[in-house]
Amino acid sequence: MGMTMTQKILAAHAGLDTVKAGQLIKAKLDLVLGNDITSPVAINEFEKSGFDQVFDTEKIAMVMDHFVPNKDIKAAQQCKQCRSFAKSFSIKNYFDVGDMGIEHALLPEKGLVAPGELVIGADSHTCTYGALGAFSTGVGSTDMAAGMATGEGWFKVPAAIKFNVTGKLQKGVSGKDVILYIIGKIGVDGALYKSMEFSGEGLQNLSMDDRLCMANMAIEAGAKNGIFEVDDVTKAYVDGRVNRDYAVYKADADAEYEQVIDIDLSKIPSTVACPHLPENTKSAAELTDIKPDQVVIGSCTNGRISDMAAAAAILKGRHVANGVRCIIIPATQAIYKECIQKGYIETFIDAGCVVSTPTCGPCLGGYMGILAEDEIAVATTNRNFVGRMGHVTSKIYLASPEVAAATAVNGHITDPSTL
Amino acid sequence: MKAQGFVHKYGDNVDTDVIIPARYLNTANHKELAAHCMEDIDADFVKNVKPGDIIVGGANFGCGSSREHAPIAIKESGVSCVIAKTFARIFFRNSINIGLAILECEEASEKIGAGDEVSIDFDTGVITNLTKNETYQAEPFPDFIKDIIHSGGLLKSLKEKQNG
Repeated sequence: MGMTMTQKILAAHAGLDTVKAGQLIKAKLDLVLGNDITSPVAINEFEKSGFDQVFDTEKIAMVMDHFVPNKDIKAAQQCKQCRSFAKSFSIKNYFDVGDMGIEHALLPEKGLVAPGELVIGADSHTCTYGALGAFSTGVGSTDMAAGMATGEGWFKVPAAIKFNVTGKLQKGVSGKDVILYIIGKIGVDGALYKSMEFSGEGLQNLSMDDRLCMANMAIEAGAKNGIFEVDDVTKAYVDGRVNRDYAVYKADADAEYEQVIDIDLSKIPSTVACPHLPENTKSAAELTDIKPDQVVIGSCTNGRISDMAAAAAILKGRHVANGVRCIIIPATQAIYKECIQKGYIETFIDAGCVVSTPTCGPCLGGYMGILAEDEIAVATTNRNFVGRMGHVTSKIYLASPEVAAATAVNGHITDPSTL
Repeated sequence: MKAQGFVHKYGDNVDTDVIIPARYLNTANHKELAAHCMEDIDADFVKNVKPGDIIVGGANFGCGSSREHAPIAIKESGVSCVIAKTFARIFFRNSINIGLAILECEEASEKIGAGDEVSIDFDTGVITNLTKNETYQAEPFPDFIKDIIHSGGLLKSLKEKQNG
């Protein structure tokens, strides 16, 4: 029996010829990631257990992105602890205010992840890098500490669901709509413990930003990882960023999949996930009576340059509706700068939006846009759980940047094709 | 190893945002985290929980954010075990890695009610509902995971191996 892409990467990193679903393995790590929320817990565990060195100073990334620039004294203490750890252990890829960005936008941009690599991160959206044909998965702080100490991690080899992608997206529809549509179809535990493997002739019609967005939300279907077959789009993105050799793994023709799901991109409408689970999806066109108090465009899911471009195209020459607060957050300094160079920031401000320095802030109810009692948000973020962005009675609708921008303009949820 | 306590019962898809909201993630202090455990799903949990109590959830317990603060808050609250139909995978890893006992058992998840008194034998995986006089069989852990739990967590087990 052949192997899936994920199984091949795991086998190669475990030093095994083959692995099969369910097998427990120990594998070598190419990168271990943490942020300002999860690293302090990892550092405490690392120190408490008596480890006094890291496995490789170049294969650990620490990104201060959740509560920075620091929202309060406690958050500042946590960053100080990370900064001090990174300094004393000479962690090369430590990113602080001034050069940080939202981790899952930043690492691919900096060329820190390449196809075929194995990455763990103490952040659930670490699965984003599957867009590059890497195996990457979210873990907890103790796994991060163990990874930093030993350069190895334990894994249960996942079974897989194959998504056979065909067709081409309609205008105004993007990767976010595709992944929300998929989660709506299979449910928030539809891929529990499994890989979501994306292949098929339709991939050529998905940009790298679309793929990063889709892989990012694999976790919202319960998946261990989401992974895309490497093609010319991947190579065009990686070349010039990654300056080391990398391996490209293709699934075997006889690889075993628990399920094969056909996705025709041309059939997917602008899709929105209603409170309080990402699986509660409807088409944007069905939700025109929903009037948000706040719109957020940004996050590790949708804070990339094509997301900014999509929002700018809609907001250009228009104005945010009365009573709506629109917060736009480019995900990295490079994206922020490109937004300035392309005139997007001016467009956003003229349209009545506020633009923030990169931060995860509002997505997880940290700061920079917390919701009050009963308030409604339309957000390009990834989770609409109870209380996620603020008050326990507030509500979140998850959408693409196109839908979010059109909604901000009209004051109610809007299918961008109707604008 | 055994546990016994009264049950706090929840439904499917209990996410880590309701177990410990992100507004409290500006600390890694276990006691401070426990003071807000389950706050957005059960505001009275912290008042009602007693040492040894057991949480019973439905499918996909612990989904969402990878924050280890979630199992830490539960463990620090005095909860002796979480039983669910299924666990989200990162929560599952984290619980094992920090030594919070968890068991997957569909029958127990369905039949145990709020307030039931339950005892658990971790060696056999047998869950006894003392209130309803029923027993349920949970999936036993593979040896690899038992080793981590017996060492008191992943790092202790790694350190033991490193020290030979």
